[in-house]
Amino acid sequence: MAILLNENSKVIVQGMTGSEGKKHTERMIKSGTKIVGGVTPGKGGQSLEVAGQNVPVFNSVQEAIAATGANVSVVFVPPKFAKGAVIEAVDSAMPLVVVITEGIPVHDTAHFFTYAQKSGKTRIIGPNCPGIISPGLSNAGIIPADITTKGSIGLVSKSGTLTYQMMYELRDLGFTTAIGIGGDPIIGTTHIDALREFENDPDTKAIVMIGEIGGDAEEKAAEFIKANIKKPVVAYVAGFTAPEGKTMGHAGAIVSGSSGTAEAKKVALEKAGVKVGKTPSETALLLRAAIK
Amino acid sequence: MDLYEYQAKELFATHGVTTQVGKVVSTPADTQKAAAEFNCAVVVKAQVKTGGRGKAGGVKLANNPSEALEKATNILGLDIKGHIVKKVLITPAEDIKEEYYVSFLLDRTNRTFLSMASVAGGMDIEEVAAKTPEKLAMIKIDPLTGVDSTKALEISVAAGIPQEVQKDVAVLIEKMWKLFVATDATLVEVNPLVRTNDDRIVALDGKVTLDENANFRHAENENFVDTANVDPLETAAKAKDLNYVKLEGSVGIIGNGAGLVMSTLDVVAYAGEKFGGVKPANFLDIGGGASAQIMADGLGIILSDPSVKSVFVNVFGGITACDAVANGIVQAIEILKSGSNYVQRPIVVRLDGNNAQEGLRILREAKPDNVEIVDTMDDAAARAAHLAAGVK
Repeated sequence: MAILLNENSKVIVQGMTGSEGKKHTERMIKSGTKIVGGVTPGKGGQSLEVAGQNVPVFNSVQEAIAATGANVSVVFVPPKFAKGAVIEAVDSAMPLVVVITEGIPVHDTAHFFTYAQKSGKTRIIGPNCPGIISPGLSNAGIIPADITTKGSIGLVSKSGTLTYQMMYELRDLGFTTAIGIGGDPIIGTTHIDALREFENDPDTKAIVMIGEIGGDAEEKAAEFIKANIKKPVVAYVAGFTAPEGKTMGHAGAIVSGSSGTAEAKKVALEKAGVKVGKTPSETALLLRAAIK
Repeated sequence: MDLYEYQAKELFATHGVTTQVGKVVSTPADTQKAAAEFNCAVVVKAQVKTGGRGKAGGVKLANNPSEALEKATNILGLDIKGHIVKKVLITPAEDIKEEYYVSFLLDRTNRTFLSMASVAGGMDIEEVAAKTPEKLAMIKIDPLTGVDSTKALEISVAAGIPQEVQKDVAVLIEKMWKLFVATDATLVEVNPLVRTNDDRIVALDGKVTLDENANFRHAENENFVDTANVDPLETAAKAKDLNYVKLEGSVGIIGNGAGLVMSTLDVVAYAGEKFGGVKPANFLDIGGGASAQIMADGLGIILSDPSVKSVFVNVFGGITACDAVANGIVQAIEILKSGSNYVQRPIVVRLDGNNAQEGLRILREAKPDNVEIVDTMDDAAARAAHLAAGVK
């Protein structure tokens, strides 16, 4: 088992005919993902040859679903058009929409996130995220598929490269699912959402959670873990040396006044009984100790 | 991007939020002149992007032009929480009956927008929230429906605004929301929003933060960029499209991905504790495509920082292949060496992930004389910190 994404996932790519979209569609196909189509308005009826496969292009998400039964969409549409693309997916009742695009204005994200919540039919992952991978089963996004294989660890992270680093550190154990939830101030899927799914997944034995400065999602996750999670959880938080008021790469990674600090997140997690590593490798060691 | 008060007030004026635009000057003499032109008592206000100006002596009342000159002399050059005052805003003094607080902001916790409003304005709103939370109304705003006149009145009433001016305040609240949306702001705050003796409602102060991700639809935002107060290295990095933040330490950092780079800073600072408190000199994320040119640009910026004693290149090849990164490093050093002001400093490299073995082979073969390869992130951080401590 895996969470949110598995071997039955039928994936379409919004923005497939762009350079990033095409490159990553190829990588997804090569890692075993069922890519059933792409959406580019105005290019419907064409097809794109990717990784030896003819992938049909549709004018709309609605058409793509009707023709293929797609249940996951990966969005590579540029920031300017991302809001429209996500709204379209929500209107088509797409169950899972993974927004890879970086640089979407937060007013747009607030809008499409609220819209999706009201629809009650669509879960959004991201934006500004590497996506989700259930190794050996399916890969919706840009996480490299060759770091590790199917296994028993669940991973949820705000950061892409730290996701890769942690998968690499624990590559001998393998993962049920790894989710990069994204580094923007508003994201569709939170640490808590992923933790809840991992807790309910019988194949996930332990969970690694990676946070970073900004907001209070880690503090909320700590409360949630204390009340609801019985499986071992270890955590890592990045950004102890970040100065106040500076955005550290991710739009959401900013310490504002005294709120959003790495120290506060670490303290909250430790209070909830979660061991927090000083470095990614120490965190991997903590996880190994936790499942012994 | 945080704006200065005078910039926020310019936005207020263009969006119909009643305020005093005043005059921005940078010398005491110009302050005197501005005060003379207003021909009334004025307030001289330090323009810095931080709170607590009043307590720090950055806001003073001047009854006449010569007093304005004297106040400006004291305020200009003042250090307020590390921000040096270079400009002051001169506005006519108002006769204040009451002070309120109103803001719109991004509510990350609830993934929506929030309005905070209080009849107890004029002081630190965090203090109001802590001591008299009943005086602070917090009202969620649905991003899909926003704030219309009914919602604005609801906010005004919830804040406890006296009935005589409830509607006038609501009118201003609605305009603040329109400004918040139209400018893609993540914060619009007025503290204090004053009721004058003759019952006018005026935004006496203003704080606005804009979302830089929305710059593509706001060409005018370029005018707000504060080049004079940005670190020159940050300006140089921005010109080359690099995501760079200057820090205080001596280990230059290059990595890929915001999270990994943040983590690298922490691991270096952690390792540096053993070497008398060695710290990272910068944040630099070169992103996905680590081409030779990007690596050269990044290394160039870092090596032009005289406080850098050693460099740590920390790359996990995800989509980026490490052989490309290795070639980038080798070529970057060649490019930089041919430059006139190249000062060699030790560079510690750690590569893992996609094609790491090939990348390491390229580095070992090319043998750039100042490059050391270390296998793990923790050991490489310790080595870079050690080198930074050793090089005087």
